[in-house]
Amino acid sequence: MIKKEMIAMLLAGGQGSRLGVLTDNVAKPAVSFGGKYRIIDFPLSNCINSGIDTVGVLTQYRPLRLNTHIGIGIPWDLDRNVGGVTVLPPYEKIGNTDWYTGTANAIYQNFEYMEQFNPDYVLILSGDHIYKMDYEVMLDYHKANKADVTIAVMPVPMEEASRFGIMVTDETGRITEFQEKPEHPVSNLASMGIYIFSWPVLKDALLKLKDLSDLDFGKHVLPYCRENDMRLFAYEFNGYWKDVGTLGSYWQANMELIDVIPEFNLYEEFWKIYTRGDIIPPDYIAENAVVDKCIIGDGAEILGEVYSSVIGPGVRIEEGAVVRDSIIMQETTVGRGARVDRAVIAQNVTIGEGAELGVGKEAPNVYNESVYAFGLVTVGENSVIPPGVKVGRNTAILGQTTQEDYPDGALASGGAIIKNNEKDGEDS
Amino acid sequence: MRAVGIILAGGNNNRMRELSNKRAIAAMPMAGSYRSIDFALSNMTNSHIQKVAVLTQYNARSLNEHLSSSKWWDFGRKQGGLFLFPPTITNKNSWWYRGTADAIYQNLNWLRSSHEPYVVIASGDGIYKLDYNKVLEYHIAKRADVTVVCTECKGDDINRFGVLKMNEDCRIEEFDEKPMVSRSNVISTGIYVIRRRQLIEMIERCAQEDRADFVKDILIRYKDLKRIYGYKINEYWSNISTVESYYQTNMDFLKPEVRDYFFRKGPTIYTRVDDNPPAKFNPGCTVKNSLVASGCIINGTVENSVIFKKVFIGNNCHIKNSIILNDVYIGDNTHIENCVVESRDTIRANSYHCGENGIKIVIEKNERYVI
Repeated sequence: MIKKEMIAMLLAGGQGSRLGVLTDNVAKPAVSFGGKYRIIDFPLSNCINSGIDTVGVLTQYRPLRLNTHIGIGIPWDLDRNVGGVTVLPPYEKIGNTDWYTGTANAIYQNFEYMEQFNPDYVLILSGDHIYKMDYEVMLDYHKANKADVTIAVMPVPMEEASRFGIMVTDETGRITEFQEKPEHPVSNLASMGIYIFSWPVLKDALLKLKDLSDLDFGKHVLPYCRENDMRLFAYEFNGYWKDVGTLGSYWQANMELIDVIPEFNLYEEFWKIYTRGDIIPPDYIAENAVVDKCIIGDGAEILGEVYSSVIGPGVRIEEGAVVRDSIIMQETTVGRGARVDRAVIAQNVTIGEGAELGVGKEAPNVYNESVYAFGLVTVGENSVIPPGVKVGRNTAILGQTTQEDYPDGALASGGAIIKNNEKDGEDS
Repeated sequence: MRAVGIILAGGNNNRMRELSNKRAIAAMPMAGSYRSIDFALSNMTNSHIQKVAVLTQYNARSLNEHLSSSKWWDFGRKQGGLFLFPPTITNKNSWWYRGTADAIYQNLNWLRSSHEPYVVIASGDGIYKLDYNKVLEYHIAKRADVTVVCTECKGDDINRFGVLKMNEDCRIEEFDEKPMVSRSNVISTGIYVIRRRQLIEMIERCAQEDRADFVKDILIRYKDLKRIYGYKINEYWSNISTVESYYQTNMDFLKPEVRDYFFRKGPTIYTRVDDNPPAKFNPGCTVKNSLVASGCIINGTVENSVIFKKVFIGNNCHIKNSIILNDVYIGDNTHIENCVVESRDTIRANSYHCGENGIKIVIEKNERYVI
């Protein structure tokens, strides 16, 4: 009989709509991060570093990039004879065929996947956080407390607690109450969306609640467990943990990596983060180039000037171009003499000669004010920005734009140009 | 699959000086992110040769580590695969490999049991891209017995190569191994295509006569008897088996056309993937005309240099015209010029190294204290 003590289920099906055009073609977990990684590399590396060799990755929204990235799991050593990584998309069945309608519903639909490993514990993870965590220590805590469910929590400043799901605990760490984004929080322990369930408990809850249409851990499963007097414990985590759900927090988390001694250190031998590296050559820094406070992924060619930025693999920054406080993802080209200031530029983008991104004063975005904020210029993948145009702040650009899209050669702050990619037509 | 591959990677060369103390030449780090043998291996896989034997002998620890998995070059196949053949003692033989032909002879069963009609033989110290299928087609078209891939020697070190002269049909008429005075500037690249049965026959005969070298005892002796042809390549090719050529070949990668040819244009050169973070350039660093590989942290000044993986360069350092191999730590205020710094070394702060007449090889072997 196949037996795994603990298996992980990684929820990677969400779009991450608050990342705007970055997730137009890819699911959030597949978005690039930190010069060469993708967001999902962090939980996957945590799994293998914690000794978990069986991981189900639940995909739904635009999974192609994610599937390609994960493959058979070679970069994370998750290519195993027994277990390893398995991508679990929704599937057709007799009777009602559903998409994944909620987090717990997605897990329920893969009941058989979990059952075949006869696990004692199931670890539920989400694919959109940046952190290093030893899940085995959390499991020890779970066992020591004879817990039914353990929820990883993290202390947040009291004044920010109302933005989170808050866990109220007694002195032993046992959870007595949940408060979802409370107005008057009584605790500052925020849930990190990481749960360990004893398998019989999860199994029972899923079977009891399976008919709820949008079965969700936070809304249904955890309250059910508490109401039935199960032992729910909060596991306090004090390391680095970042939710990169908004463009602002995504930009911020990237920028933290370029500090001289970053709080989140990727250069330690211990607890390596693994990723699929398709681009192998070294970086070339030219005679007149400037690289000042930045990290640069493999195979980039820097001929211009780069200050305080995160540059992805295979990026080309032409002579005279100046990039500042920006994130540029793989295989993007910044043309001669272009200026890029506070921008997030996805992969395979071409920025024309002399174009200026991030000019002028901020203005609220007309397309989606809450998403395109933080003073950032956001450019979706495979976009083209023609030479010489000026682009303001809080702007979004997607698609192969031409001079005609820029009246007077400019896109004012707060503007957006979203052109449907030709690819969209084929897919939908 | 029409051919199997053999890569001769057992060699050492005194002219590598201290660099070969640590490893066989085929395992020499190259161009920031690669090792020398990656080029031959990638050419094999890109030419759809799926079954490749690597013959090792001299200090193969580093090479074995590099080849610990065949998956990076896509050789992890049910049909074919990557075979490592170090010399072994058998009931018939207790010798080391006494030469290239002997190395093949000692593994002749592998060739006998293969079914592919042709063999491509390459060496592990060549830096080039080549579609061996093109050579094979030429070999067949010429109805040759052996095809030798050759190129024009551009440097002044022709006396370390096999020099050959072809007639107008490209049949090799003269072949001198490392001549003091050469009568041609066409040199053998050490890449050969030969029919498998033909090779087995020649190697067996060679062994019977107690001869051991593929060039001296087979190619040169057979050249008037067998149809030995030259296939000339004009693209980039370099052999790295002296310190000077090793240094120069690495420096060649600072030229945009060389980088373009190897890094951007297909087919790709593959290597074992290390899981290093991106290179990090701290405030105040200056980098000019240099290659910097993954995992490096740069604080000081780097000029016209090749910095391999996981190198740390301290504040106020000045690295000029140098090659810093993998995982070197360089303390603050250090000056390094015209040097090759051996891998995994720790250079103390305030050191001064300068190659005055030629390239200096820096080996300090200091303890590294990691906080």
